Amino acid sequence: MRRAVDQDRPSISFFINGQRFTGKLGDTVLTAVLTQAGHLRTSEFEHQPRAGFCLMGACQDCWVVTEAGPAVRACSTLLEDGMAFVIEGLPGT
Amino acid sequence: MSGRPSPEIRPVVVGAGPAGIRAAEALVAAGLRPVVLDEGERAGGQIYRQPPAAFSRSRKALYGFEAGKAERLHATFAALRAHIDYRPRTLVWNAVPGELHVMGDAGPATVPFSHLVLATGATDRIYPFKGWTLPGVFSMGGAQIALKAQGCTIGETVALVGTGPLLYLVAYQYTKAGARIAVILDSARFTDQIAGAPAMLRQPATLAKGLYYVAWLKARGIMIVNGAIPMAAEGTERVERLVWRTPAGEGRVACDAIALGYGLRAETQIADLLGCRFSYSAAEHESLPASDATGRTSVAGVYIGGDGAGILGADAAEAAGTRAALALCEDAGLGVDGAATGALEARVGRWRGFRAGIRRAFPEPVAADFALADDVILCRCEEITVGALRAACREDGVDELNRLKALTRIGMGRCQGRMCGPAARALLAHHSGRSPGDVGRLRGQAPIKPMPLAPMPLVFDEAKP
Repeated sequence: MRRAVDQDRPSISFFINGQRFTGKLGDTVLTAVLTQAGHLRTSEFEHQPRAGFCLMGACQDCWVVTEAGPAVRACSTLLEDGMAFVIEGLPGT
Repeated sequence: MSGRPSPEIRPVVVGAGPAGIRAAEALVAAGLRPVVLDEGERAGGQIYRQPPAAFSRSRKALYGFEAGKAERLHATFAALRAHIDYRPRTLVWNAVPGELHVMGDAGPATVPFSHLVLATGATDRIYPFKGWTLPGVFSMGGAQIALKAQGCTIGETVALVGTGPLLYLVAYQYTKAGARIAVILDSARFTDQIAGAPAMLRQPATLAKGLYYVAWLKARGIMIVNGAIPMAAEGTERVERLVWRTPAGEGRVACDAIALGYGLRAETQIADLLGCRFSYSAAEHESLPASDATGRTSVAGVYIGGDGAGILGADAAEAAGTRAALALCEDAGLGVDGAATGALEARVGRWRGFRAGIRRAFPEPVAADFALADDVILCRCEEITVGALRAACREDGVDELNRLKALTRIGMGRCQGRMCGPAARALLAHHSGRSPGDVGRLRGQAPIKPMPLAPMPLVFDEAKP
């Protein structure tokens, strides 16, 4: 995911595996993570990296686990300041 | 108008895209106050999706040639807001006669209805190929949403794979946004596109826009390969390369993202849960809720409009949404102008003719074309391969989709077959020697999408003093 246009928006912080990252106000969780990391989760059976697919809440490929426990659907959840995610296969796990 | 509507009429509209908004508009004009349930953050649906408030692009930048239509639709919705009960971020996860079960900001709720307009739209029609689950491979609609709603492209160097006019539109939009298009890989042959042209002349402005995009892309030297089938997305952690095959041989190109889509498929689960009759459309290659030109389904009080009734596009959806709402008004005993309903039906009819041209120009690739290896993942939710489908046909004599689902779990995952369903149907028909219409259809089941469990109140809380 590459930022292209309309990116002049305030910065907000979030965390992946305890490490701080910067996203932008209006980013979805998917955008914030995938502009800086390769994937959102690993698959249940084969443990392959997955990074979402449909971006419209239909395929259910982009669920991300939060530090607090519940998972969020990354394509349809807006990033909030301080959100913290646990992503297997990225630095810190 | 034959007097004030009775308070017993409780209309609900599901979806706030072109069909849903126009349906709500017609209901409000008849003096009703519909509940409008929208899974989205803001009204507009997918095609006229509005980015989150922090973004500042103009409508012209967001919607291009369609900016005028987007502006009119958003303005209509803004004017309706005070007259409807609008619930964004609300998932309808179950439907029973007279009642929808929803999950929204306030947690779970029940929404009663006397009349229901379904305007649930569509998702991309996907056919798998080796490596399609790698990070960097997105649906064609997803690629468009990334740009429209987030100002992002799915990669720096993007390959567009599948068929249909959307490939060329996305290539144009992505090039303008600074991405490089590695290749446009269209399974349709050039001769198909010529064959479809006469019917597409029914909407000359739309045909002209399509031809403009293709000419614009060709003038910039962007590679367009027709009659091509994708063989593999290769890479370790993410997509690095696309390999394809044409009758002339193999081709390959480096890329860091792929957008995949063979047109669209209707979202029909709610109609299914409510017991609407379905029939298989050989032309559209999918099972659709039976509905007439007015938008009435086989279940009294349930109406359908827009791409969720069968793909006709956004302009047709606006007319069909209005028409379905007027059918509701007629059935509820509210007066409706007969000339207006006839004109709306004629408008939708003209798009039906155009759609026939699109189908000829960008035909559905048949499953056999894919020569998919046994180890290709068919169901991305549960990671079940094409080989598992073939084994079920061969060893267990499976020739029906729900039996295939029970035996292999294909279509049973979180997406409920939205992504693998078209391919599973085509492959099952091919390997069982039946026609696609005879292998059945995957049934919708509640919850039609997974729900976050956190906002659910625990049942035993109610027993607390």
